[in-house]
Amino acid sequence: MERFAALLDALIYTRSRNAKLKLISDYLRSTPDPDRGWALAALTDGLDFPAVKGGTIRNLMMERVDPILFQLSRDYVGDTAETASLLWPEPEGAKDPPSVAEAVDALSHMTRLSAMRDLANLLDRLDAPGRFALIKLATGAMRIGISARLAKVAFAQAFDVGIDDVEEYWHGQTAPYRALFGWAALGAPPPHAEDLPLFRPFMLAHPLEETGIDMSAYAAEWKWDGIRVQIVRVGGVTRLYSRSGDDITGTFPEIAEAMDLDAVLDGELLVRGSHQGGETGGAASFNALQQRLGRKTVSKKMLEEFPAFVRLYDILIDQKEDLRPLSWEQRRMALEAFLPKLDPAHFDLSAVIPATSLDELAAIRERARDDAIEGVMLKRRDSPYVPGRKTGLWYKWKRDPLLVDCVLMYAQRGSGKRSSFYSDYTFGCWDGDPDAGAELLPVGKAYFGFTDEELKWLDSHVRRHTVNRFGPVRETDKSLVLEVAFDSVHASKRHKSGVAMRFPRISRIRTDKPAHEADRLDTLRAMIRD
Amino acid sequence: MRPVPTALVTHGHSDHARGGHGTTIATPETLAIMAVRYETQAGASPVGYGETRRLPGGVDATFLPAGHVLGSAQILLEHAGERVIVTGDYKRRPDPTCAPFVVTPCDIFVTEATFALPVFRHPPVEQEIAKLLAARAANPERCVLVGAYALGKAQRVIAELRRAGYREPIWLHGALERMCRLYEEFGIDLGDLRLVADAGKADLAGQIVLCPPGALNDRWSRRLPDPITAMASGWMRVRQRAVQRNVELPLVISDHADWDELTETITQVNPAETWITHGREDALLRWCELHQRRARALALSGYEDEDD
Repeated sequence: MERFAALLDALIYTRSRNAKLKLISDYLRSTPDPDRGWALAALTDGLDFPAVKGGTIRNLMMERVDPILFQLSRDYVGDTAETASLLWPEPEGAKDPPSVAEAVDALSHMTRLSAMRDLANLLDRLDAPGRFALIKLATGAMRIGISARLAKVAFAQAFDVGIDDVEEYWHGQTAPYRALFGWAALGAPPPHAEDLPLFRPFMLAHPLEETGIDMSAYAAEWKWDGIRVQIVRVGGVTRLYSRSGDDITGTFPEIAEAMDLDAVLDGELLVRGSHQGGETGGAASFNALQQRLGRKTVSKKMLEEFPAFVRLYDILIDQKEDLRPLSWEQRRMALEAFLPKLDPAHFDLSAVIPATSLDELAAIRERARDDAIEGVMLKRRDSPYVPGRKTGLWYKWKRDPLLVDCVLMYAQRGSGKRSSFYSDYTFGCWDGDPDAGAELLPVGKAYFGFTDEELKWLDSHVRRHTVNRFGPVRETDKSLVLEVAFDSVHASKRHKSGVAMRFPRISRIRTDKPAHEADRLDTLRAMIRD
Repeated sequence: MRPVPTALVTHGHSDHARGGHGTTIATPETLAIMAVRYETQAGASPVGYGETRRLPGGVDATFLPAGHVLGSAQILLEHAGERVIVTGDYKRRPDPTCAPFVVTPCDIFVTEATFALPVFRHPPVEQEIAKLLAARAANPERCVLVGAYALGKAQRVIAELRRAGYREPIWLHGALERMCRLYEEFGIDLGDLRLVADAGKADLAGQIVLCPPGALNDRWSRRLPDPITAMASGWMRVRQRAVQRNVELPLVISDHADWDELTETITQVNPAETWITHGREDALLRWCELHQRRARALALSGYEDEDD
């Protein structure tokens, strides 16, 4: 447990992604089974001990510390696990710290009643960092800024295996992942689980930058603005996976219920509407979909108000037949043959755009703005379905971004390499005529789009034009105009300005433009296509 | 806060000492520190540890070591048989750069409460210095940049490094130099100190550099070779406090009493009444209540707290 505790602490204090990866992979390499497997499960949210909850920890503390002193401490520290680890009375005498495996075994045998005694016994055997790690492990909410994906990348890096393979084999496995470590670390054959609804890593697209594309080799499709999903059904069990491989079946139960054939499909999850592509497009804006995201349970009202469906792009597996090695053209034929077997209320087909040249496609793409479509996709007709981004196979060609001139209002220090730079910028537009006393209202925040040179310049501008400081944030004198690029803008009740931009980035620094000539909120509002 | 005809100053931190008074009574070390910081020595009236000064109005003031920083004092005020001690800031652990706290009986004990929460238990300083040396040894290409307050903390970290046998040069941000020299003038050996301004980036690889906390994430640090950001402070005991400051290597080294030191000191001094100020009064007040000790919180007007 001491090594796991040291790993957690190091991860908390480390900001760079690469350094985090190295910490985790070093740990996984140098820690024996099954401890490393349990640790990996803890980092990927793969552990759950129903007998131990936040309330258990509070009750344990109340028996040992004055409630008022506990509450004052908890308020100051801001984290129950950390407060408890610091307040726990240091036991007398030598400690005999448990291994991670021993702790997991003990935790999994606890009941709500026995936890009060058995968890206390474990805590008595640890020092403060060890207690912190144990409580985090027991209550399941790590909140240390490590995504499951990052932990998997670290696993791949530790044993020099492909991340796509890790993703593919991961899903059928359970902690402490002996088969996975056996395969990656010891050279055993990969784990197999044909009868499980596993996630397959997505095939992704590069942004289109070259113009020498031979359209006869490519097919074009609309780029729909929803979330990319994979629907997997094996032996009657259906799972819906997001792009990162998270299981979102529970959030969209109607999709899982409507899928009644064993297959693996790739598509865009959307909500019915007439925003994208008008009436024939049949899809609402991303904003509408957002109402449904992140929910653990879905009300009947939600289902009726925001009915979801999947616009299919591809078919990976039909029954037991793996179609991924086939060409896109062959898979498309298979998909078109498969579609009529599905419920049309919840599945339709992403249409192929007839275009014989890139110029023709460019013209179609331009018109797409009126139809509020994000852009187009280009897929090589002979491309197999391969995980990740492979040069030359798939391209995304977004329509040109919208532009608006905003005024820099606040800047915040970045993290990692940028920790000495003011690199996160909040900008605003005028809520009327600035010469008649109008004010700036914040409309967005961006931390990329500029070069390293421009960052240095912006950092220095912020320092020279600071009028107020709030911790890591500086308020500037609102003299600098920034041209901001963004994909779309939506009405928003959560923001004072009433608008929310998608993917805003700094496109140009407009030192040539005085602040009062920056755009007004009306300009931005007129761009809303909700 | 405004200037007064006669000021008694416990120590040189700017939340406890300001210039401009008529007469300033303080230890010679504190007066020297104030002279550096406020460039005013008019009316300076030095008083050594254990010495008593009769004040206008007939109160006797005795200066006793507080163990906080060089020259820091508790002040015992006596009048008509009543004894009041104002601690200023203090700690109970050994510190090679200042005289140790002296427990003195009194009727009213006015104590600080900077770390008055039971979560604050400072680990042994040797353990934190070992962490610092280990980080340096493990990263020969980088330097370890330690944020440490210019008066007291910086010199203590240096002295503790020397006590641990570290003989390499220690590199300073310019803002720390004057105070280190002053400590040396008072006979505290800090070893080979050099200025970052005089070094090239390559000279600093594998070295320990000290700067004021405010310079940790500032442009100044860009001249250093991929620094490991460390900070020496009692606040580092709480993870999020370290994370908020972008600190990678938190060093829990404090010049203030931790929870155990505060409660132990009150027990040892055993005053009829404890007055609590300068920090988290609520928790210490609660502790006094639980231990049947008379206590009250003082809402003193004061200057902003400095980085511990």
